[in-house]
Amino acid sequence: MAGRKLLIENVHIPGIETFDVYRKNGGYASVEKALKKMTPDEVVEEVKKSGLRGRGGAGFPTGMKWSFLAKPEGVPRYLVCNADESEPGTFKDRYLMEKIPHLLIEGMITSSYALGANVSYIYIRGEFMYILHILEKAIAEARANGMLGKNIMGSGYDLDLVVAPGGGAYICGEETALLESLEGKRGNPRMKPPFPAVKGLWGCPTVVNNVETIAAVVPIVNNGGEEYAKIGIERSTGTKLISASGNLVRPGVYEIEMGVSVEEFIYGDDYCQGIANGKQLKACIPGGSSVPILPAHLVTKTAAGENRLMTYESLADGGFASGSMLGSGGFIVFDEDQCIVRNTYTFARFYAHESCGQCSPCREGTGWMEKVLHRLENGHGTMEDITLLEEINKKIEGNTICPLGDAAAWPVAAAIRHFREEFEWHVTHPSEAQTRNYGLIQPRVEEIKAL
Amino acid sequence: MHNMKIESPITQDSTPIVFSAEMMTEINAVIAMFPEGKSKSALIRILHIVQTHYGWTSVPAMNTVAEILNIQPIEVYEVASFYTMFHLNPVGNYVFEVCRTGPCMIVGSDDIIAYIEEKLNVKVGGTTADGMFTLKTAECLGACGYAPVLQCQYKFHEHLTKEKVDEIIEAYRAAQFVN
Repeated sequence: MAGRKLLIENVHIPGIETFDVYRKNGGYASVEKALKKMTPDEVVEEVKKSGLRGRGGAGFPTGMKWSFLAKPEGVPRYLVCNADESEPGTFKDRYLMEKIPHLLIEGMITSSYALGANVSYIYIRGEFMYILHILEKAIAEARANGMLGKNIMGSGYDLDLVVAPGGGAYICGEETALLESLEGKRGNPRMKPPFPAVKGLWGCPTVVNNVETIAAVVPIVNNGGEEYAKIGIERSTGTKLISASGNLVRPGVYEIEMGVSVEEFIYGDDYCQGIANGKQLKACIPGGSSVPILPAHLVTKTAAGENRLMTYESLADGGFASGSMLGSGGFIVFDEDQCIVRNTYTFARFYAHESCGQCSPCREGTGWMEKVLHRLENGHGTMEDITLLEEINKKIEGNTICPLGDAAAWPVAAAIRHFREEFEWHVTHPSEAQTRNYGLIQPRVEEIKAL
Repeated sequence: MHNMKIESPITQDSTPIVFSAEMMTEINAVIAMFPEGKSKSALIRILHIVQTHYGWTSVPAMNTVAEILNIQPIEVYEVASFYTMFHLNPVGNYVFEVCRTGPCMIVGSDDIIAYIEEKLNVKVGGTTADGMFTLKTAECLGACGYAPVLQCQYKFHEHLTKEKVDEIIEAYRAAQFVN
């Protein structure tokens, strides 16, 4: 049975993208409640009680993040929405913003009120320019209806909302790189501390939250934090948007109650309906490309034989040895025909392309991993290359300003951990590796040098 | 980033060009979104406006942007060269950016890229002889559930098949899409 939906329940109502239809269906109730009946601190308190954790991938408790916001006299504070959705496998924020844009606008108003921000920004990846226009239209409608601007609903609270696009850079999903980009600069992550809560946008205290996180504030304020926390298991409360992609009968965006079993999610009629083309499950990356890949036998069960659930804790059960992470909810499913080496190569290429170049372990390491994986995938590799990949991994992780280095290293380590024989096959069967897929018969120049 | 092929300002005529009144209206509206003294925040969106009007971001156009924002030209170049959406060299009328990262790859983006190369008789990175199409690859476009995917200017084309690629190319040839 499909669970409750708190975010995208109304997505299929015709005209829900307009202010009038959204409002008629209970929209902006959280703004009304918060601004008329609650103090900003009471809103923060409800978010704390809800147990809401950041939906962008890190899973940090939102209420706690909010309570870290510095509030010096006479200095503006900002809420910045991270709509730079770029983690491979993740496309839920795009869905939410496109289908029900007023939910994000409503969440922005209620959250900005809680944080005492009078100007807030939505930073959206440049590729989503058409959604930027959808959001700007929604903002204009909200303003025309007195939900933005001066003295919102007679409460004395003022708020302006601005949408700003990126220009194509995965790294700008990292919050300090996002702030650099929003200041009109290259997306180079900043050293922390100071954290954005103290020195963020233009040096002012700033909270950066994911689209889904901000949208979740709406039902939390409407129904109360405790009610929200009743859904889910332990520290995984509420609902979560899952972006399901890969070899599935029905890929797409699903809102799940935390705690649904992975088996139900992959095979259930209300969800993905199993593996496409009658094939078998080979592997799954449950939380976006940065999290460890799981082989079939560890996808639906933990190493201890318990049912694997869609929660932060259950997906991480077993640590990196036999577990993974919920991450952003980018759920990528591989059927039996997929080549793990090739997939790992595309991710390594992605990270090498997206490294900002600031820290040498990441800049050089991601490039090395891409090249080594390329020659393995194309049948020009050696057994030492597999060891070399593991060594590069260890030299990247923990040695960079931001987590992109770790995000690049971990998936490679996990792929080798669980699918070593497939990497070895590429070494022992070079001619087959060269002719299958898109293998290069002739190695690249740098591969010739390395051979 | 691998998008560093910026032509030297020395080899291009770097005299700033004059933007149309229409462009200036758009640009000024973007600058007005940010607080006094923070107009540099408008830079990325202005580069999108420039690219939409000219098809690419040339050095003279970037110099004009620098003048408008009262910043050094290098501050514009370093941003334009960092973000992969900005074309620093001339491109065709329509730029196909085909996603090739994992989720698209496992449902056949390699086939789609190979098919477009064959169909348009152009290699990745190249422009067709008639100047109509440029083919590029992209890293994750954030549409993995609708893969394989390509983006042309700002429009997404999803669930690609060879037949669908044929239709898209014909539609662009007939200028059915206005970007």
